[in-house]
Amino acid sequence: MDSLTEIWVYLEEQPLLWLTVTVGIFWVCQQLYRVAGEFPLLNPVLVSVTAIVLLLLATGTPYDEYFDGAQFISFLLGPATVALAVPLAAEAATLKRLWLPIAVALTVGSATAIGSALAIGVALGVRGEMLLSMLPKSVTTPIAMGISDQIGGSPSLTAVFVILTGIVGAAVGIPLLKVLGLRDPVAKGFALGVASHGIGTARAFEHSSRAGAFSGLAMGLNGALTALLIPILVWLFGL
Amino acid sequence: MIASIAALLILQLVGTIIIRLTGLPLPGPVVGMLLLFAYLLWRGVTPRPFEATARALLQNLALLFVPAGVGIVTYLKAVADQWLALSITLIASAVISLVVTGFVLHALMPRAERG
Repeated sequence: MDSLTEIWVYLEEQPLLWLTVTVGIFWVCQQLYRVAGEFPLLNPVLVSVTAIVLLLLATGTPYDEYFDGAQFISFLLGPATVALAVPLAAEAATLKRLWLPIAVALTVGSATAIGSALAIGVALGVRGEMLLSMLPKSVTTPIAMGISDQIGGSPSLTAVFVILTGIVGAAVGIPLLKVLGLRDPVAKGFALGVASHGIGTARAFEHSSRAGAFSGLAMGLNGALTALLIPILVWLFGL
Repeated sequence: MIASIAALLILQLVGTIIIRLTGLPLPGPVVGMLLLFAYLLWRGVTPRPFEATARALLQNLALLFVPAGVGIVTYLKAVADQWLALSITLIASAVISLVVTGFVLHALMPRAERG
């Protein structure tokens, strides 16, 4: 028994434990998702985040300690973002033909993502810092946190809203658009990227490389446009 | 594969340095992506091993968001009071923006482009 405790104490101090737990749980969740025929509520990001949160709460592990190990996974987000250029370059010809529809869809979509959060939030009694922190929830975390800070929101709350929005988009996006009769991978991917940034883009890449390319493009463009639109909106409405 | 990973890291590094020097409100890796995009367009073709590495990373992109997602645990208390209003807002807003964006783009695409 003593040696077991010793092993636990040793492992707890190693980054290896939480790194392995994260990859292992995600792998199990991914298998489960496939077996269940990609049922939206079993989205692997949703289920593995929930499982790990419960595990941290059950073992009394602080997030910082978890992240000491898991940061090695997070770090790969940088190179992966750079790599988005590869599928996008493969779609350069389509991009050139569709630049105007894309520009219009981006502007309408970006304004809808911000405006709907503002309108529904206000209607449901969300106010002040909480409301401001929610506005940039459709764009990738570093940009969203920057906007939030600039308009008087809480960047860390914003990070939570960004993640939740990403998970919602990734879980329901493709089946929802399919039910509504939208089959085109370009439109589906682009919608996922505008509404739910990187996590939506990850889901789009699982669908097809084409959907992923346009999702990554939408994520990048929407990040830049949202950073312009939100300060103007906040100024207009005196938020 | 090593060469591709080194190239991705170098581009991320250059992007980060550019952001530091100019103060642009963009993440470093996004600038790295733009640089790579410009390079690939100029070159006209993506080297095979490079494409394989990019695909491997992007196929498993979802995993990379898990550690940040678990960060929610730190803010459970802060959002607990208004969890219902916040959940409804986030879900409804995500659904509305997905549908609006998807259908606007679809409607504006020439018929021949729709797959």
